[in-house]
Amino acid sequence: MTAASTAMLGQAWRLSPSVALRPEPFGALAYHFGNRRLTFLKRPEMVEVVRSLGDHRDVRSALNAAGVPEAQWPAYVTALQGLADADLIRPRETTEAAA
Amino acid sequence: MTVLDAPDVHQRPATGSLVEQFEFGLDAPICLTWELTYACNLACAHCLSSSGRRDPRELTTAQCERVIDELQRMQVFYVNVGGGEPTIRPDFWHLLEYAVDHQVGVKFSTNGVRISPERARYLASTDYVDVQVSLDGATADVNDYVRGPGSYDTALTALENLAEAGFADAKLSVVVTRHNVAQLDEFKELADRYGATLRLTRLRPSGRGVDVWDELHLLPEQQRVLYDWLMAHGDNVLTGDSFFHLAAFGESLPGLNLCGAGRVVCLIDPVGDVYACPFAIHDSFLAGNVLDDGGFQRVWQHSPLFQQLREPQTGGACASCSFYDTCRGGCMAAKFFTGLPLDGPDPECVQGHGETALAHERTVPAPSQDHSRRTPERRQPVLVQIGRRPEPAEPPVTACAQSPLAGFTPDRDGA
Repeated sequence: MTAASTAMLGQAWRLSPSVALRPEPFGALAYHFGNRRLTFLKRPEMVEVVRSLGDHRDVRSALNAAGVPEAQWPAYVTALQGLADADLIRPRETTEAAA
Repeated sequence: MTVLDAPDVHQRPATGSLVEQFEFGLDAPICLTWELTYACNLACAHCLSSSGRRDPRELTTAQCERVIDELQRMQVFYVNVGGGEPTIRPDFWHLLEYAVDHQVGVKFSTNGVRISPERARYLASTDYVDVQVSLDGATADVNDYVRGPGSYDTALTALENLAEAGFADAKLSVVVTRHNVAQLDEFKELADRYGATLRLTRLRPSGRGVDVWDELHLLPEQQRVLYDWLMAHGDNVLTGDSFFHLAAFGESLPGLNLCGAGRVVCLIDPVGDVYACPFAIHDSFLAGNVLDDGGFQRVWQHSPLFQQLREPQTGGACASCSFYDTCRGGCMAAKFFTGLPLDGPDPECVQGHGETALAHERTVPAPSQDHSRRTPERRQPVLVQIGRRPEPAEPPVTACAQSPLAGFTPDRDGA
């Protein structure tokens, strides 16, 4: 994993407030009402991670809670970075970060 | 066809490409077309919904609001609103606001007739609203020939008003025909001039389109021109996934390259009837009505027709073609309205199988409905060209039927 990827594991993120998730048999469809982009989340585990990011201390614990094996974390982090680029997820201000 | 025993839930693979997943259908459409009225101020020669006159059964304002409520519940994030000319419905602007207030974004197609400077300013002030202005010629002569006199100026005035009001990224929507395929660069320049995005779609033999398809659909060499142009400019041009039949030229064009009918798209018509796709307004593709028990959701998720469209399709006559995996047999509506079998080649198959199929005996289906105006009016296009009458394909029964002087050659030498 790159340094940026490793760093993301320890960061707090959340679903962007402009995004709605629509459950689908293959995973979910994510729609961004601001930039009108439609993104497909192709695995139910990915949907669970994205949906619950805001409830977890950091990305690592969200991946753990969704039952994603550690070997797959790099792939998930890469995917999450793609979602961040499209503003589907946003970094969360935490008290630690603010301090 | 037997569809009664179609199971409600398909055995669906847990993995597989998105396209494979889409072929099994989604819980709600990705993109829904909703035609609000059959009334139209124009009478385009190729109108795919045979619009003109309002239908007295068209959904009321309250019924339209209930449909929007349901789309919100189903999380259909945006609808393509069309017609007819949707903006001439008196409650159009109200419904637009109602949809946006209920998290249903709207992209509406218009010929521009109601896009005044004032409306343009209103549109520029809204989020979630996209405007698509139809234009089928980069010059007035080419456009007005099919869309009617004055329609070019109307469309350009609308684009001008939108740009002036600061509306960002309107769409300039073009149906590609034999007459305008040479103007693709000019269309792109026009779109750029107004800060708009060019959108190219395929001419379908749907609605009145069937009457002019033979004259207007692309010639084989023009399909290649279009394909090459899209390959060179495709990233900056929208196509609504219209041209996936061209994939059989080689490389796939950007997009899903699949027929989404009843799987990821469908159409709600002005009276609430739900059809498999916007180009298939015919009883054969009618899945139900939004006013039926269970509403739109029940039609989408459980109608026997849509269940059938989501079953794995066989290539039929195309199965042995090495390009089947790329073009998937082309467009269902194009085949249906030209009287070709649905499990065979597209009439515009770029490998030439369409021409062979068209040469066989076929029956073009009679239209299920027609909202064209009964009497011609001032702004109606007249597809007449002045030229020599074509030579008859067969000789007349007797020579005299052709000319009373047939066979008589005056003896010039004797004069």
